[in-house]
Amino acid sequence: MTLDTVKHAAETPEAEQPWAELGLKQDEYARIREILDRRPTGAELAMYSVMWSEHCSYKSSKVHLKQFGEKVPENDAMLVGIGENAGVVDVGQGYAVTFKVESHNHPSYIEPYQGAATGIGGIVRDILAMGARPVAVVDPLRFGAADHPDTKRVLPGVVAGIGGYGNCLGLPNIGGEVVFDACYQGNPLVNAGCIGVMKHEDIHLAKASGAGNKVILYGARTGGDGIGGVSVLASETFDDTKPTKRPAVQVGDPFQEKLLIECTLEVFKEQLVAGIQDLGGAGLSCATSELASAGSGGMRVELDTVPLRDSSLSPEEILMSESQERMCAIVEPDKVGRFLEICEKWDVIATVIGEVTDGTRLEIFWHGEQIVDVPPRSVAHEGPTYHRPYARPDWQDALQADDAGKLARPATPEELRAQILQVVASPNQASKAWITDQYDRFVQGNTVLAQPEDSGMIRIDAETNLGVALATDGNGRYAKLDPYAGAQLALAEAYRNVAATGAKPLAVSDCLNFGSPEDPAVMWQFAEATRGLADACQTLGTPVTGGNVSLYNQTGEVAIHPTPVVAVLGVIDDVNRRTPVAFAEEGQLIYLLGDTAEELGGSAWSQVVHDHLGGLPPKVDLERERLLAEILISASRDGMADAAHDLSDGGLIQALVESCLRGGKGARLVVPEGVDPFVFLFSESAGRAVVSVPRSEELRFTDMCGARGLPATRIGVVDGDAIDVQGQFSIALSELRTAHEATIPGLIA
Amino acid sequence: MTARIGVVTFPGTLDDRDTQRAVRVAGAEAVPLWHRDKDLKQVDAVVLPGGFSYGDYLRAGAISRFSPVMESVIAQAKDGMPVLGICNGFQVLTETHLLPGAMLRNESLHFVCREQKLRVENADTAWTTDYTAGQEISIPLKNIDGRYVADARTLDMLEAEGRVAFRYLTDGEAADGYGNPNGSLRDIAGITNEAGNVVGLMPHPEHAVEPLIGTGRTDGLGFFTSILKKLVNA
Repeated sequence: MTLDTVKHAAETPEAEQPWAELGLKQDEYARIREILDRRPTGAELAMYSVMWSEHCSYKSSKVHLKQFGEKVPENDAMLVGIGENAGVVDVGQGYAVTFKVESHNHPSYIEPYQGAATGIGGIVRDILAMGARPVAVVDPLRFGAADHPDTKRVLPGVVAGIGGYGNCLGLPNIGGEVVFDACYQGNPLVNAGCIGVMKHEDIHLAKASGAGNKVILYGARTGGDGIGGVSVLASETFDDTKPTKRPAVQVGDPFQEKLLIECTLEVFKEQLVAGIQDLGGAGLSCATSELASAGSGGMRVELDTVPLRDSSLSPEEILMSESQERMCAIVEPDKVGRFLEICEKWDVIATVIGEVTDGTRLEIFWHGEQIVDVPPRSVAHEGPTYHRPYARPDWQDALQADDAGKLARPATPEELRAQILQVVASPNQASKAWITDQYDRFVQGNTVLAQPEDSGMIRIDAETNLGVALATDGNGRYAKLDPYAGAQLALAEAYRNVAATGAKPLAVSDCLNFGSPEDPAVMWQFAEATRGLADACQTLGTPVTGGNVSLYNQTGEVAIHPTPVVAVLGVIDDVNRRTPVAFAEEGQLIYLLGDTAEELGGSAWSQVVHDHLGGLPPKVDLERERLLAEILISASRDGMADAAHDLSDGGLIQALVESCLRGGKGARLVVPEGVDPFVFLFSESAGRAVVSVPRSEELRFTDMCGARGLPATRIGVVDGDAIDVQGQFSIALSELRTAHEATIPGLIA
Repeated sequence: MTARIGVVTFPGTLDDRDTQRAVRVAGAEAVPLWHRDKDLKQVDAVVLPGGFSYGDYLRAGAISRFSPVMESVIAQAKDGMPVLGICNGFQVLTETHLLPGAMLRNESLHFVCREQKLRVENADTAWTTDYTAGQEISIPLKNIDGRYVADARTLDMLEAEGRVAFRYLTDGEAADGYGNPNGSLRDIAGITNEAGNVVGLMPHPEHAVEPLIGTGRTDGLGFFTSILKKLVNA
């Protein structure tokens, strides 16, 4: 086959090109020809197709995402915002923290182990590329029904992949969620988040400037894995009639990534790096075009110098390959020698593959012949933008009218007791220890809190005890009932979880998982959810620093529940003040903070007991959330509460069961006068938490709540070895423990 | 005066920085040692920390065992220098035959991370004098290849010579950290050589040296205070 050079392309304008097979639409292909004023070469076509895919270009979502930049709250913590590999916030004492959540949904369905493993690898390199040492990961996961046979294929593979990769990298896994719902049957959601820590002066950006600076590719050799993975896998709905595209999933090597981390941190430390970008989706196409586009614009690359695992790869394939564990650095010529020395020390292959030029074009050569000559911005930043039509689905009204309030409720205390055990043992409410015990939560020796605590917490300075907390939340059932409120509830829950551990919420990252943007109903859900999240972030003062959109999570006509997963990062001045969920001291008083209304729409109770989804989700009151957070943080700082747990799915009873089991202590409870015990225990009203207060602190605590206007109701005392609700029922902790802990191993192991 | 304790970093070692911290928390000086360097920098003792050296490729510890630094460690251990191998470090020690036996994949076939209850069986080794024989401790455990095996004769010999240094406690609830987590023969969590200077175990004492971090207990600190006292009093 002859090489399709730039010259050849100019001479053969009529040559047929497989733009459709590469996922480009006809008008997109026409636009490429217009930009180049000729037909693209094969290599150029490969680059455009992958960079203009939904996954890389956000072409359907960006008109909505721009709200995150427009509705920015007053917040002086933000150091680097949306658009870089990850956002960066100031956490004080000269430290900066970078964090981000991403999806690896489609690959994880096809090949659960490698899909999940490389999801961790990718997000870790994003964090590393900002100049930070990665210090922790979290994994929000959604699977199909827990008892579906395919869940038994997907879940163990995903969990083993996350553990196999993350454990081997030495990153503690401190949080995340596991949710089961039939809507995720063919479209599991495997999201991964990472936190990195650095000093302010160490922040690095992805740009190539300074003519004559060298472009160094380092890390693993480039192989034939993951070619077209991004454009083909992430942009196409699963459809039974098409052949599977298994080879498109990448294969991870965590050992290589660990070397890459240490090697990269060392070249940062010696200040050898002028610009840096990790290689993830779209591989070299993405890294070279984004670096050049964000810099002065010109770059020349000799593609035949790229070290290969498979010598038969064509130049197009080398540009598309998503082989893992690779980075691309821009290095001044006099620092190249030292850079290569450090790579050699870590047994990392490093190759100068090109240089920054004073031109405006990205030029790529193959054995001396030019195969790419493009304006880099047109590839990286000027992809198509779609204003997809969206419309409130016609079924939305009927869904909201199907009120959960009319479902049959337990008629007797015995029935209430039985339903509590049923909910606590249901897959979504059950203990996830079987899963999280496969992740190393101790490595690095700085883990203060890990799952099942309300948020993960990491000490970042052993001298001052400065720490950061991260929580991720998202309730697809709420979002299905009302995407605007559902996104806000996800944010509110993560915000509350961070505050419950005593940390001050600072900033947000999100992973927006939705169905096909070509369906106006899905697009409406997306538009509503982004609007809701942007509005709520503005109100709560927590800016969105970056994130990820995953579309086409649907099989045939059936989309997943709209699932915005929201991560909130918080900071705590002294990790000694952290508040755990466990009720550990007998005699302490249990207070319920916030107001409980009759809110059962989308609730765990309605799902478990009635298999019902309808009505409206709990009301959102962001001012209340802010007040509750302030109270929780003050209680933590001033030692007024020894335990705190947010209330969310499963309501008060779920929180009480978890706090009691975690501490190995029971609780004696009284239902406040005039309140229906069922509503008291199962309602999912937002803006609530339970705390355990030492008797010596009770007055100070209630005075604080009273002065600031937060309802605080004394509902019981930590005592005994059962949960005993006066006049209703009593359940021994041992019975609760069996119900709560046996479910997941029974279904999956 | 204090003691200099070397902490080896192989490619893929993960707990080297934590181990250095634990050494410092105990009051000793932590000296980083690099796998390619034969020079032990006049340290008084060496810790081989946990992780996945060389990705555990081929077999856990099998490649690290041939690194230049290990030549010196093996030679000096035979002359009595104290060596502690934690998790992957224990696997390296069995590969070098400084300690007998081998580690297989956990019986469950899964990675397991938990708080683990242990009994200190031998409080006379270089690394355990701050414990009492029979003392029960709780420290983190995290491994996938942690199932200790040896032939029956070796196991009988280890028992007879008091060289089973730590055993998993099995009399209690799994939720409280009891149970044999990986199927190790005779519930063995760690062993020592005849002289008592070389000790290896699967659980991680370096993750249990500060009250707030990890399990919230400091049961692992005794390893590092034991060796410090021994070296300072020597």
